[in-house]
Amino acid sequence: MNYKTENIKTINISKPLKLDCGQTIKDFPLAYETYGKLNESKDNAILVFHALTGDQFVSEINPVTKKEGWWITAVGPDKAIDTNKYFVICANVIGGCMGSWGPKEIDKKTNEPYGLNFPVITIRDMVKAQEALLDHLGIKKLLCATGGSMGGMQALEFCTIFPNKTFSAVPIACSTSHSAQNIALNELARQAIMADPVWEKGKYLIKNVQPKNGLAVARMVGHISYLSEKGMQEKFGRKLQEKADYEFSFDADFQVESYLRHQGSAFVERFDANSILYITRAMDYFDLSKHFKGGLVEAFKNQKTKFLVISFSSDWLYTTKENKDIVIALNASGADVSFSEIKTDKGHDSFLVDEPEFLKTLKGFIDSMHIKFKNEKRI
Amino acid sequence: MKKEFKVIADLLPKNVRVLDVGCGDGSLMSHLIKEKNIEARGLELKKENVTKCIYKGLPVIEGNAETELHQFPNQSFDFVILSQTLQAFYNPEKVLKDLLRIGKSVIISIPNFGYWKVRTSLLFFGKMPVTKTLPNSWYNTPNLHMCTIKDLFHFCVEKNIKIKKAVGVNEDKTSEIKKSNLEIKNFFSKLGIFLIG
Repeated sequence: MNYKTENIKTINISKPLKLDCGQTIKDFPLAYETYGKLNESKDNAILVFHALTGDQFVSEINPVTKKEGWWITAVGPDKAIDTNKYFVICANVIGGCMGSWGPKEIDKKTNEPYGLNFPVITIRDMVKAQEALLDHLGIKKLLCATGGSMGGMQALEFCTIFPNKTFSAVPIACSTSHSAQNIALNELARQAIMADPVWEKGKYLIKNVQPKNGLAVARMVGHISYLSEKGMQEKFGRKLQEKADYEFSFDADFQVESYLRHQGSAFVERFDANSILYITRAMDYFDLSKHFKGGLVEAFKNQKTKFLVISFSSDWLYTTKENKDIVIALNASGADVSFSEIKTDKGHDSFLVDEPEFLKTLKGFIDSMHIKFKNEKRI
Repeated sequence: MKKEFKVIADLLPKNVRVLDVGCGDGSLMSHLIKEKNIEARGLELKKENVTKCIYKGLPVIEGNAETELHQFPNQSFDFVILSQTLQAFYNPEKVLKDLLRIGKSVIISIPNFGYWKVRTSLLFFGKMPVTKTLPNSWYNTPNLHMCTIKDLFHFCVEKNIKIKKAVGVNEDKTSEIKKSNLEIKNFFSKLGIFLIG
């Protein structure tokens, strides 16, 4: 989990930010990356929000992990979000671990990493912190705000807090609040980390170690929830891992075990365990209607933003029904909303993989919105 | 049918909020935005058509009108349009009730089963009619509840639904349907367009 910070762009946010927990913060770092160029009329900016284990490196090669950006299937030259045409911005969320203010950063008061002294943050806090980045880049109004999963939650939150800051929004595979099942799965991930003896109430970084076993289990839980039952069965079935028969041991006999173990161990190299605790907590606390007396309909009142909600048929983490509830609320408040359900076996992860129908829909919407946004600006 | 679009456009004032149920590839919405500057929303079942609407920048919700109209609040649109699909629902009466709940007014168009060519096809050839407005055979038609202009007219009277205007269309000729000329219009119109609510 050690990386060179010279590959990371950061801005210092000096404007005070009052967090939902009551604490006010200022002078904190926000790490970000951009792709493509902002045009003269500044009508081609797209803000991408990342999901739980994502970071600001959306496209190209991630300079830290040396792997492809997490949304390379959708963002890049000639991709659905075409960086030849659009200026794509993504920031690492606060609470994260890729250069933004998070639990592994040094607390100036103690000269030690924050650990559990880091305040509990919310999706709202993450979104508010990112608004300052738009000011820094000189963008008054975005063409589009988008993201999948927790990124979709941020996109929705962004629209309710700043109703005039984006022309359109594409929340993908998300919901307006976490369900009991969502919270339960996150709790499983947190308990796995906290049960690791190395975790030591979050103080492991002082000893320069990571609760790798717990973090790997947390990642495995996540991975199971990102795939569909059918997709998993087709990919792995009961296939054995490079062996002819059972070994009558607890090694990874099955391919699916080996896959999960690999996902777990690769993850601990790039992610901080405390960040998982904080970000999953933020997702659990997420409830878009909480700050509006009239509920969701009130949250979306007077929305001028044009929405496209996308769900995936085999996603059991954020189901089509939950995505449709967003559409119903937007309809009830008279907002401009489109909805498309993509038929796929690839589960919640569908937005991250090469899913042609999804990418085609995303492209069609963003390109048509760009034409409309340009026309609106002209008038 | 271009004529149908024109009749529907003529029934609409400018700048109104319109829901097009079964909006297809969005041709009618595009036409009405251009002609009447309406604020349009579409509901469409077929994925291919949903994607086409999105490419055109038209707001469209993928969904089934038979089961998903409940998502639209009461009286949330000035007009709800249902173009040539009433006969394809399992329960047209329920759908119609929902449309009248959502829209202050409702525009329905139906392929007229009382049209003389349809009648003669059955009378002289003893076969289910296949015409331009009814292009499918009996075994693959999506139409479950065919009706005539007269049927729909009587239905509205029976259910106390106000008919604000009704228009019969035959090729490029249109004429108003009234109680007094119902028999004739039911015989000569290929299409009936009703403004109710």
